[in-house]
Amino acid sequence: MKTPLLSIRDLSIDFTTDAGAFRAVDGLSFDVPRAKTIAIVGESGSGKSVTAQAILRILPKIARIGSGSILFDDPRDNAPPIDIARLDAEGEAMRSLRGGRIAMIFQEPMTSLSPLHTVGDQVSEALIIHAKAGKAEAEERAVDVFARVGFPDPKRALVTYPFELSGGLRQRAMIAMALITRPALLIADEPTTALDVTTQAQILDLMRELQAETQMSMLLITHDLGVVANMADEVVVMYRGRVVEAGPREEILRRPQHPYLTALMRAVPRFDMEPGERLTPIREIKSAILANGSTERANAPANAGPVLKAEELCKTFTLRAGWFSGRTRLIHAVNGISLELPRGKTIGLVGESGCGKTTVSKMIMRALTPDSGRVLFDDGSGMRDVFALEGDGLKAYRRAVQFVFQDPFSSLNPRMTVYESLTEPLRIHDIGTPDERFGRAKQLLEMVGLDRRSLRRYPHSFSGGQRQRLGIARALALEPQVLLCDEPVSALDVSVQAQVLNLLKDLQSALGLSYLFVSHNLAVVDYIADTIAVMCRGYIVEEAPKVALFRNPAHPYTQALLAAVPDPDIDRPLDFAKLRVDRFSDPAKWPEPFRLTAGEVGTMVEIEPGHKLRLTSSSLKEAA
Amino acid sequence: MILFLLRRSLTMAVTLAIISALVFFIIKLPPGDFLTNQIAELRAQGEAASAAKAEFLIKQYGLDRPVWEQYLIWIGVWPGPEGGFNGLLQGNWGWSFEYDKPVNDVVGDALWLTLLVNIAVVIFVHLVSIPIAIYSATRQYSLGDYFATFIGYIGLATPSFLLALILLFYSNRWFGISIGGLYDPAYANQPWSWGKVQSLASHLIVPTLVIGLGGTAAMIRRMRANLLDELGKQYYVTAKAKGLPPRKALLKYPFRMSLNPFISDIGNLLPHLVSGSILVSLVLSLPTVGPILLAALKTQDQFLAGFILMFVAMLTVVGMLISDLLLAWLDPRIRLGGS
Repeated sequence: MKTPLLSIRDLSIDFTTDAGAFRAVDGLSFDVPRAKTIAIVGESGSGKSVTAQAILRILPKIARIGSGSILFDDPRDNAPPIDIARLDAEGEAMRSLRGGRIAMIFQEPMTSLSPLHTVGDQVSEALIIHAKAGKAEAEERAVDVFARVGFPDPKRALVTYPFELSGGLRQRAMIAMALITRPALLIADEPTTALDVTTQAQILDLMRELQAETQMSMLLITHDLGVVANMADEVVVMYRGRVVEAGPREEILRRPQHPYLTALMRAVPRFDMEPGERLTPIREIKSAILANGSTERANAPANAGPVLKAEELCKTFTLRAGWFSGRTRLIHAVNGISLELPRGKTIGLVGESGCGKTTVSKMIMRALTPDSGRVLFDDGSGMRDVFALEGDGLKAYRRAVQFVFQDPFSSLNPRMTVYESLTEPLRIHDIGTPDERFGRAKQLLEMVGLDRRSLRRYPHSFSGGQRQRLGIARALALEPQVLLCDEPVSALDVSVQAQVLNLLKDLQSALGLSYLFVSHNLAVVDYIADTIAVMCRGYIVEEAPKVALFRNPAHPYTQALLAAVPDPDIDRPLDFAKLRVDRFSDPAKWPEPFRLTAGEVGTMVEIEPGHKLRLTSSSLKEAA
Repeated sequence: MILFLLRRSLTMAVTLAIISALVFFIIKLPPGDFLTNQIAELRAQGEAASAAKAEFLIKQYGLDRPVWEQYLIWIGVWPGPEGGFNGLLQGNWGWSFEYDKPVNDVVGDALWLTLLVNIAVVIFVHLVSIPIAIYSATRQYSLGDYFATFIGYIGLATPSFLLALILLFYSNRWFGISIGGLYDPAYANQPWSWGKVQSLASHLIVPTLVIGLGGTAAMIRRMRANLLDELGKQYYVTAKAKGLPPRKALLKYPFRMSLNPFISDIGNLLPHLVSGSILVSLVLSLPTVGPILLAALKTQDQFLAGFILMFVAMLTVVGMLISDLLLAWLDPRIRLGGS
């Protein structure tokens, strides 16, 4: 092979902000070889996305390439390499490279596509710009590309709007848009982070296939070492704008040298962790109160019964098909969910997006009313039906059950100081004098390992992980017994994720809290939960203590979910061929005796102590 | 679609019925009415003959009946004093006591001129503010942006009637355009001719500028903010990463998105065409509906005021329907999306 396709040398990128200038990328050098995949790994803020933007020259206005070169050697012509860093960002030469020879796909497929234009319009547009193709010709090519990236009905895709597609198909549309011009380099910025595991495996598979077909190079930006292990030929590890380690995949993942990389690998929950093993966050936080061992939980009732129980919850939603049509669609979001949350323990609720797990947590919180079924809560004085509660009883329930939200950015009011946010629950429930509330707020901050001087600050001055800790502190303000955590770490960086997970664990053992932990990340649930329930299409298909579930999954859906999780261990690559058949999430396509056809709900059967499976009723009769 | 229109028409009819009742009863709230006030005045002056005529009018318009009956007669669902239904629903807009003419004759011309002035204003506002807003948003915090912002704030802060007086004075002094009105007094009672149209056009400039200035400034600020929001969105980055030329990327994606709030504003815009700018119309003595409405309300000229208010209500309701239909046409998420 001759020169590399892309060669970055001593690249520096400076940002000028109100707070002063800082260097986001500092003396960066690496090569992208031809027809290979190179992965850039690093936490958010390490400069990996900025590097990608610099290659395309779509940096934000406040950023500027300070020095260095980005040499792009187009294999299509014999011209000498072009230095992208010296081109005019809006000039003709740069525009023909951008999207034509170097294409990019982004993390969030919903926001990356315009909601007002059809997918076909947005995909064929790239060809119209670069190949000077006519509209009809471009659409014809778009249909071919849609077929290639796996659209079930490529012709229909032309007139489909992004919001009519699932997340996986949207990302396929993005890939189609990037590849329609047959670029030499594809930059993928966290292309699968927003997707479910099974979808992620399919998209990764597609990218590998397309690379083999077109011989393009890929620059993959990710924080998921599992994805790296399955996709990359070479790895570049970035930390604070610099390359701290680079080399072939084998070397980097088997013998990580730099302390940052080893720390990063220890911070990610893995399935093969020893029972009781703790994650090691890159930056440990100290929770003052927990360290002292001063637990405030004194009134933990002695009886061993579950603190919260859901019985046969069902919920349907009616969707209108559009503004002008009277047609409605009935969605069975939750079908007969039963759960028992033991006191001081954690139940993990796992499933892909749209499986109804958030609906379950909202019904438990009594934010939604189920169509049928009950939620029972025991505050120590016996089980009571939550939906029958009124007045003081309901108020007490609201205090006892609190919610931790997914998005730490939108769940804190930007116009309230930390002090106001933390004491608002106390004010609503009219607890304590202002002095006592102030003391409580300080105590809460220390509990989640934040400086008590933060009280006067506003949420925007905190990082994502810090905000999530504020969210947890706010949930703890009323001394609840149960926390409902809805994807509490999925919006966080891996390095911060470990902090928050450890904090939740520590709080649980110190305060005797019970958690319902909802997540799509199997490894995270495995790390934090005692019992795990797997949900699919509104059903719990398998429920077991975590040791039993992940070591010995019995249901095909659970098996498929587990098989789709990319493992950082390169000796255990994803079995793409097995994942290619898309039939895991359709209950009608499961093999007997798991198959649930329309109208069939099946029955939960205990196969070993605590390990329950959903089987068809007919298969049970045969067995009996 | 048809079902949607039917459903909407029904709610519109109900809304209008409620508004008509409110309008009528609120106008009738103060004690007495135009005629009783006039009769009292005439009696005081000892003009018994005129008073007798007024009493005849009271009978004729059913003003001696209970209020709810008067209301139903006005709407046209109750037999009037002469027998038979003769109200708004039948196209009879009532009688103006103040002008002693049918309401139709009083407002007819004024309505058209009002629409003309205000449509000119709307076009002026959009033509001026959209380009400036795009310029300011794409060059945020540049010198030009600060300048546009500065001018915009001055526009917002200037009292429009004051500006109106100043402009009137200078346009008269420099261009010899007569003060006030929408055409030269010489054309006042003449039939339409080329000269009259020219005079109308030249007289339109000042009101358009004056009424439009505040709106322009506000629109620049809002459009700029909307556009800035959209410029930060990921799909715009995608469009640029595709290699679209900057101008096309801007107009096709973020600009189109930022239009939505303005389309939903059309519903509010239509009634403003009639009832807005009363103060300026008074100062400029424009023969528009605004001043007529004000006078009618003051003198309790109930049919005139009621008709104008109903007309404004009608425009509001229809405007909302139009903006909803337009939104659905422009935004597939509304057209096709579920709840």
